[in-house]
Amino acid sequence: MNFLTRYANEILQSTGEHLTLVLVATAIAILIGIPLGILITRKPQLRTPILGFANVMQTIPSLALFGFLLPIPIIGGIGARTAIVALILYSLLPIIRNTYVGIMSVDPAIREAGRGLGMTDRQLLLQVELPLALGVILAGVRVATVISIGLATIAAAVGAGGLGTFIFRGVAVVDNQLILAGAVPAAILALVADFILGWVERRLTVKK
Amino acid sequence: MVVEFRHVYYSLERRPLLSDLSFSIGQGETLVLLGRSGCGKTTTLRLINHLLTPTAGEIQVEGVSTQTWNPIHLRRRIGYVIQEVGLFPHLTIERNVGVVPALEKWPSQRIKSRVDELLHLVGLDPAQFARRYPHELSGGQRQRVGVARALAADPPLLLMDEPFGALDPITRVELQREFKRLQQQLGKTVVFVTHDIGEAFTLGSQIGLMQAGQLVELATPQDFARSQHPEAQAFLSTRKSEYP
Repeated sequence: MNFLTRYANEILQSTGEHLTLVLVATAIAILIGIPLGILITRKPQLRTPILGFANVMQTIPSLALFGFLLPIPIIGGIGARTAIVALILYSLLPIIRNTYVGIMSVDPAIREAGRGLGMTDRQLLLQVELPLALGVILAGVRVATVISIGLATIAAAVGAGGLGTFIFRGVAVVDNQLILAGAVPAAILALVADFILGWVERRLTVKK
Repeated sequence: MVVEFRHVYYSLERRPLLSDLSFSIGQGETLVLLGRSGCGKTTTLRLINHLLTPTAGEIQVEGVSTQTWNPIHLRRRIGYVIQEVGLFPHLTIERNVGVVPALEKWPSQRIKSRVDELLHLVGLDPAQFARRYPHELSGGQRQRVGVARALAADPPLLLMDEPFGALDPITRVELQREFKRLQQQLGKTVVFVTHDIGEAFTLGSQIGLMQAGQLVELATPQDFARSQHPEAQAFLSTRKSEYP
């Protein structure tokens, strides 16, 4: 109890930082990932390079990715920017892949009907394919968000703040309470995000 | 002539699917394209609304080559009904039927009255069905909506690709009968694809028999019944064995 009263403010502040990192990174990843996912449904020759890039990003160990980014000018350096770039790179794969899969799994008969009725490619995309793919796309966003909340704890290693600060400090001074002060709120954030986005996803998924 | 094929060839990856197809369809006629699976009937249909482009030759719709037509304008003048129906599952019946008028930017009041009119026409009560979703309807009801959707912008030409093929035999006959009545009432030009010779006789004013990518017979139902072509004989014999 004593611990909590002493650290309450700091925990709240770190949670805020943590959430900001994740929200900014996820928002940018959505803005990049969904158009890329749409693009590879239109230009199949780009599918392998784009999905390949996103795949490779996922295989780089997270701590190493943060390390790689540090010396890069503009996007690197100590602070939140490096962390956000790393989180974006991790979030891209689930978002691009689910956008692609969501659109490609639209019933071909529905696409045929839309085209046959005289929809332009844009109308087909906006009025038919994206609404029908929305549930799958949101599932990708949900996965990306939950992964980011976990990964953002490492952001403290590049001085970006967040709940990882407690964990790194706790590890350094061998204090379990400090580690938990970072880990428990991070876990709660992940569960809450998963629950909320799961609910939205179910609301927006179209019944067949 | 509403539709005219002039020496049309179509190949997919150098595999010829249609060869030297020439025929024409006049105003108000119903041409039934009859043939086995894979004979090129559906390909022929998809050439008319330029979902496919001929490898050689030309198809004219209302006197203009499909390759000159803006494909979007062309398709909005042609109603299209497919076996799988392809209703948009995220839209209500009302919005499914009104999709082409909405694309054509009709005022919403006009769309609404047109949708009500069409649902009545295909035998669905708007008060009961307009706000439902496709998954809440039976197969027969869904295809009625498919037909209403194709007729929405009052296109002069209707393409139908085995529209009743997936329905149970009772519903199928019911819809064939209603479609015939509808056709007599509206006088649309129709190209109708089927492998069911009974359906061809019920609906067609002309029957075109296709075999291996060629049109091997084109005749009125009366003349078709006397055709000596072996493939026509094969189809006619299935009809006899169907009713012992």
